[in-house]
Amino acid sequence: MPVTTPVPAELSQACAAVRPAGPADAVAGVTPSWVARPDSTAELGAVLAAAAGLNLASVPRGTGTKLAWGRPPDRCDLVVDMLGLDQVLEHEAGDLVARVQAGIRISELAAVLGRAGQELALDVPSQPASGNGDGDGGRGTVGGVLATGLAGPRRLRFGTPRDLTIGITMVRADGQIAHSGGKVVKNVAGYDLGKLLAGSYGTLGVIAEAAFRLHPVPAAAAWVTATADGPGDGAAAAQRLMAAAADSPLAPSAAELDRPARGAPVRAAVLLEGDPDGVTERAGQLRGLLAAAGGTDVAVSDAPPPWWGQAGVASPEETLIRIAFWAAELGEVTRAVDDAAAAAGVDPALGGSAAAGVMHARLPAAAEPAAVAGFVTALRAARPLAGTGEAPPARGSAVVLHAPPAVLAAVDVWGPVPAAPLMRAVKDQFDPARRLSPGRFAAGI
Amino acid sequence: MATTLRRLAAELSAICGPASVLDDPLELRTYECDGLTAHRASPGLVVLPEVAEQVAAVVAACARAGVPFVARGSGTGLSGGALPRTDGVLIVMSKMRRIISVDPASRRAIVEPGVTNLAVSQAVAAYGLFYAPDPSSQVVCSVGGNVAENSGGAHCLKHGFTVHHVTGLQVVTPSGELTWLGDGTGAAPGYDLVGMFTGSEGTLGIVTKIVVKLTRIPEAVTTLLAAFGTTGQGGAAVSAIIGAGILPAAIEMMDALAIEAAEAAVHCRYPEGYGAVLIVELDGPAADVDRETAAVRAICEQHGAGEIRAAASAAERQAIWAGRKSAFAAVGRISPAYIVQDGVVPRTALPSVLDKIAELSAASGVRVANVFHAGDGNLHPLVLFDDGQPGAAEAAEEVSGAILDLCIEAGGSITGEHGVGTDKSKYMTKMFTGPDLETMQLLRCALDPAALCNPGKIFPTPRLCGEVPGIRRAPHPLVASGTIEQF
Repeated sequence: MPVTTPVPAELSQACAAVRPAGPADAVAGVTPSWVARPDSTAELGAVLAAAAGLNLASVPRGTGTKLAWGRPPDRCDLVVDMLGLDQVLEHEAGDLVARVQAGIRISELAAVLGRAGQELALDVPSQPASGNGDGDGGRGTVGGVLATGLAGPRRLRFGTPRDLTIGITMVRADGQIAHSGGKVVKNVAGYDLGKLLAGSYGTLGVIAEAAFRLHPVPAAAAWVTATADGPGDGAAAAQRLMAAAADSPLAPSAAELDRPARGAPVRAAVLLEGDPDGVTERAGQLRGLLAAAGGTDVAVSDAPPPWWGQAGVASPEETLIRIAFWAAELGEVTRAVDDAAAAAGVDPALGGSAAAGVMHARLPAAAEPAAVAGFVTALRAARPLAGTGEAPPARGSAVVLHAPPAVLAAVDVWGPVPAAPLMRAVKDQFDPARRLSPGRFAAGI
Repeated sequence: MATTLRRLAAELSAICGPASVLDDPLELRTYECDGLTAHRASPGLVVLPEVAEQVAAVVAACARAGVPFVARGSGTGLSGGALPRTDGVLIVMSKMRRIISVDPASRRAIVEPGVTNLAVSQAVAAYGLFYAPDPSSQVVCSVGGNVAENSGGAHCLKHGFTVHHVTGLQVVTPSGELTWLGDGTGAAPGYDLVGMFTGSEGTLGIVTKIVVKLTRIPEAVTTLLAAFGTTGQGGAAVSAIIGAGILPAAIEMMDALAIEAAEAAVHCRYPEGYGAVLIVELDGPAADVDRETAAVRAICEQHGAGEIRAAASAAERQAIWAGRKSAFAAVGRISPAYIVQDGVVPRTALPSVLDKIAELSAASGVRVANVFHAGDGNLHPLVLFDDGQPGAAEAAEEVSGAILDLCIEAGGSITGEHGVGTDKSKYMTKMFTGPDLETMQLLRCALDPAALCNPGKIFPTPRLCGEVPGIRRAPHPLVASGTIEQF
């Protein structure tokens, strides 16, 4: 029976909605004392200022779909529930720009923008229900997606959240509210704090508001699918398909691979978007290119294959690893995955945005923690990720996005990080007392 | 020359060789300004390193001596971002101009900072690739300078800015350490230090190698020129194009005065008697470009375009662009002197802001020619004046500043691509609050606590690192020791 600690007066003065935390509020197994739910940026500032005064460690939370990602926090006294900050502040359709509060759900934002035929071009995958989720389709909140830097297959064309963010309002560990950027796409005034906050896992500040560049929803989409075949191994065949798509002038929005298990045939799918007639014409051309590159069962469909966008999705009991690499090294990375898996005695599913140099490996809940750790270590040491010491010294990474507790205890979640001392120096300036999501991030931050 | 600099000159000579260190006053004057000639300062010393390790050693020597340093690429910047310090060292990167490697299958190249923007595209053209950011100075401007300024270009509407095309940086930190940010993938674990560094105007360190992303050369390009009676009509056409879900590579507009200047300078033969011309360039797969071109043409007609030309060849395309590209320099034909302004407004605010600029011009009697990237609301008003007339420069400066106020009021920015540099630091407080600027300073304090790396740029009189706001009991230790000045 957990003992609830009374809410400190400073916190309840700062925010009308503060409650004692329950077991469901735990962050990767660390149970906080309280949950505060501010409903304005000013109130969020007051909450963090009060938390600083009380020396509380805070972790921001949206719908909680990715709350267990990264390392468990070293300490967590206060969860800052961002779902009260869920407004679209501005959507000027003619400018293709929207400014929103960070707690708005991606699905809700998509609905609002969709009415104007526009979108935030992040096809964030839906995460499975994680206890804290509340039926929003699992795509999470704007703040959560921004803080984890999450992107789906269309990253090939549109990039990741940092590429679409044009302005940000953050609240610092001391409660101070600060902005950078603005609501125009072209703007080079001042340092771009949005870049720094994107993918920072809540360790530098709490994202309160963000402004995004939008895109028109494409009038049509087509998926050209193929199975990798031809001379050499599956890895070589897959690389030929990805190169055929990426080197073509057909402007694919995404080019994805899926291999459910080692030795299984590799499936590829390429997304084309735009004007309906143009998409039809390009799909016909791409079909020819994929067949010429050794693809079999080449087909065109106006719906994605069932595995589309699923590479980066796993149940909380599984281990999900994001592998980033230089696109030309796809074949070599695939072989490195196979070698590391064979040595460790595991058989990960592999797939993802291969043409953009990002894939995910997924290991089942039953995988031995030591074996998972062995796999990750061996993969990181392989040449296509570790590099050869030539510039740049590292040429990729393998990051454990999430894993069951036993695996987290056995594995180095983040692995080696370029310029770790500089990152720590930045953290020391923004959050010297380590009160924001301490320990969750790379480089021990 | 002060003793400190003389001692430092000897040290830098030992690092880079005596021929690479300049201390002759005449030679130093060559470097007294960048593309913004209104601000000038002869550097205390100039050094031209040839490899990254020399840059690191030079910076370390400056740091030890407590001497400020400024990096300079080709010196084309338009905000005085590379303005030297008379008491400091100017580190000129133009000898470091190797393209180290090209990886066409990964669509990446590794280049040195002194290499020119266009040279990268030329080096990778054989693979069907190009480097997308294309500032108008791309023939001479350096990629290192592009990183410092987060440069755009006419085609950034569709293709993005430098920050979207850089995935790894080797940098020398202000303490003189050589380190890599990012790993070239664009998905390195940890903070996005590459994104943080890009656009920091040389205040967080010096770039020594750059991993750039390469883009497939589009299959088809079409360029349309449409002439309208007024900029308002042209602006309405721009909104309709964007509203139709079309994303052109570039949308440029020029008003009557800018057209007149371009005509005088390069005889671009734009249609006569119109108040505005719009240049719309579409690129992409041939299947799409043909359809989009037809759609854009129809939209321009619907919005009252009197004449529409389509470039049928590369030569015709160049002819259309010639007028636009010459516009800044061309204004010299119709005015003895001028200020190039660089403000941004939300696209939907363009018509009202242009009206207000016209009112401002009429009220002050200062002529303003408008050239702008209409697709993204980036205005380049050219404020004309006669520097022979007493008070004219001040009047022009006032109009130029008032235009920035209009941009800020409309929810825009004081700079879309030229940077803040020396020129616009005084406007930063109009766009950002004290806490905003103080938070940005945290980054600076993380990397450059001694404030030696391109000091005095971007931020209006920044606080020193570790200083508590509002409380001042004694001079900062670095001021007291004479290491730095504060003003």
